[in-house]
Amino acid sequence: MSTDRPASQPAEPTQPVLNVADLEVHYGHRRRRRQVLNRVSLSIAPGETVGIIGETGSGKSTLARAVLGLVRASAGSIVIDGEEVGSYGHRQWRALRRRGVIQYVFQDPLRSLDPDVTVEASLAEPLLIQGVSRQEAAARVRAFLDRVRLSPELLDRLPGELSGGQRQRVAVARALVTEPRLVILDEPVSALDSANRVQILQILKELRADGVALVFISHDLGSVAGVADRIAVLYQGELVEVGATGDVINQPQHPYTRLLVRSAPTLHSAAADRAEREALRALLHA
Amino acid sequence: MATLSEKVLTKSARNSKTEQNGSGAEVEDTGATSTTSTTGATRPVRPAAPSTPVLSVRDIRISDQAAGQEIVHGVNFTLTPGRSVGIVGESGSGKTLTCRATLGILPAHFEVTGGSIEIDGQDISGLSSAQWTALRGATISAVFQDPASYLNPSIRVGAQIAEVLKVKKGLKRREARRQAIDLLHAVHLRDPELVYSQYTYELSGGMLQRVLIAAAIAADPRILIADEATTALDVTVQAEILDLLADLRERTGLALVLVSHDLAVVAQLCDEVLVMRQGEVVEQGPTHEVLHNPQHEYTRLLIAEHEQYGLDKFLGTDAVEPAKTDALDTADAVKEDA
Repeated sequence: MSTDRPASQPAEPTQPVLNVADLEVHYGHRRRRRQVLNRVSLSIAPGETVGIIGETGSGKSTLARAVLGLVRASAGSIVIDGEEVGSYGHRQWRALRRRGVIQYVFQDPLRSLDPDVTVEASLAEPLLIQGVSRQEAAARVRAFLDRVRLSPELLDRLPGELSGGQRQRVAVARALVTEPRLVILDEPVSALDSANRVQILQILKELRADGVALVFISHDLGSVAGVADRIAVLYQGELVEVGATGDVINQPQHPYTRLLVRSAPTLHSAAADRAEREALRALLHA
Repeated sequence: MATLSEKVLTKSARNSKTEQNGSGAEVEDTGATSTTSTTGATRPVRPAAPSTPVLSVRDIRISDQAAGQEIVHGVNFTLTPGRSVGIVGESGSGKTLTCRATLGILPAHFEVTGGSIEIDGQDISGLSSAQWTALRGATISAVFQDPASYLNPSIRVGAQIAEVLKVKKGLKRREARRQAIDLLHAVHLRDPELVYSQYTYELSGGMLQRVLIAAAIAADPRILIADEATTALDVTVQAEILDLLADLRERTGLALVLVSHDLAVVAQLCDEVLVMRQGEVVEQGPTHEVLHNPQHEYTRLLIAEHEQYGLDKFLGTDAVEPAKTDALDTADAVKEDA
C-alpha cells in the first residue's frame, strides 16, 4: 500500500536528481533468498531534503546502498542525475563517484574517516580525485571550514583527536566540499548529543541553499522532522507512505506511521498516547 | 506484604491493562496511587507522598582520585515508591557516575568524597561487599544501554533470569524456571516459554532489554535505575520499553531513576527532572515546570532541539513556550562555555 500525496515541491519541469522506480533487492540465494526491498519508487528533486524513516531491518540502509551502487538491485531502475546506473559495472560506478555528483555520510565518522589521515588531507582528497589542483583544493577546503564551523587549527589533527561532533562535521564537510548534487546521510546525528545534533542539522539546513539534495535516513522521525521537506516511510521493505513532513506528522495514514509519530519522544507526550500506541502495536502485529 | 514480582505476576495473570479498583491493599502498600489520566491534558496527580523515601541522595560528590579532581559537584534528590526522577545531560555530565555511586559500582579510583546516599533508610557509605550484594537486586537494581553485554551469550536467557531467583530468593530449579517464565510474560514478551530457551543472538535489542528488565525486577527491588536503557533502540521499541517501565511503576510501586541524554524521554515518564552539565545540576524541578519555564540556557537548548528540529515543531504549541534563544546561538554558547 502506498499513500502518495502531492509533494511540497512546486511542479517544476526540472529533472529529478534521483529517481528510483520499482526497485527490488534480494539477499541470499535459492531457498534462503529473501526480499529486502519491494517495488520501491521515490523521486528526489534538486535541492530537496527527503527523510527516509524505518525501523531496523526495514530496508532503509539497503535502499541507500543500492543507490550508491554497493548493493545490486534485482529489479527496477535507479537514475542519478539523468544517468541510468542500474546496469553500471565497477568502473562506471567509480567514474560516477569520482565526479562527486553523489556523496554520503554515515553514522559513525570514526569508521568512515581514515584514522591515519589528517583532517586537511581527508577533506582535500575528494577534490584531488576530481582533478582539482593541490593549491586550489587547499584553498577550497579552508573556505569550506567556516561553513561547517570547524576552526582551521583542526586541519592538522587526526580523527582520533577530535570530539564526536567535530568528527561528524568533518564527515559532512568531506561529503559536501565537492559540491555534489545529492548527499545521502545514514543516521548522521543519531550518535551525537543535543548541542552537536542541533549544530549539524543547522549546518545541513544552511548547505541546502546551494541546491544540494539531501536524503536523510533515520529510525527516528523526530530527528529529521525539522529539516526534511518530505518524509518517506519504509516498513518491511515497502514504502508505505510518502508526503510533506507536516502532513505525515499531523495526518499519518499507515498504522506504522501513526505508531512512529506516537512513539517519537516529544515534549508534548500525553497519557492517551500510551493507549493509542498499544492499539497500534496490536494492529501491526495482528 | 506482597512482593514486587508477585504483584507483577498476579496483575499480569489477571491480564488487566489498567489499574483496577480492587488493588487497595497494594496502593496502601506502596503509598502512592497513579491516576491514569485519559484526557491527556492533565498530568497524573499523586497524593502528597506520605511514604518514606526509598532512595535519598544528598549533595553527593564524586572525585577521580587518580586525576585528583571532583567530577560530580553535588547532586540531590529523593525518591518515594511509585515515583520517578529523570537525569538528563550530555556524555561526561556525571549522570552515569551518580547512578553508579548509588549502586556502589563506581569505576576504579573514583570515590564518593562528599554527601550521603540512603537506600531504604540505610546509609550506604560503610557497607561491606556482602551487604552490597544483599542490597543489589533485592532493593536496588539497574538496566543499562547495551543489554547484550550484560548477558552471557552461551547460556539461554531464561536460565540467567532463573539464576537470579535461585540466588536471591532461594528458589528450587523448577520453581525458578516457572517464575522466570512468568517474569518474561510480565515484561510483555510474546512467547515467554520460547524466549526462555533462546540465546542472546536469537533476540532483538528490544527483546534483550525486556529480558534484562525481567532479570532486574526478579528479586523484587524497590528502585530501578534505567541508565540510557532505551538509547540504542529504535524509537518504536524505545516507546515500548518506556511504556513497560511506566506500567511496572503503576502496577507495583517501583521507584524509577531514568537517565537519558534526551529530555523528551525523561519528560515522558518522570515527575522530577535534573539537568546535569559538567558534573553540576544546572536545573532541577517538577517536569512540567522545567519544560514550561526553563531557567538555564542548556535546558533551553534541550527544549529548542525538539521545538526547532523535532516533532514538536509540528505538534500543538499549547504546552510549551517557545525557547527564546536561537538554538544555534545557544549551541555555540554552550560549546564555547565548555
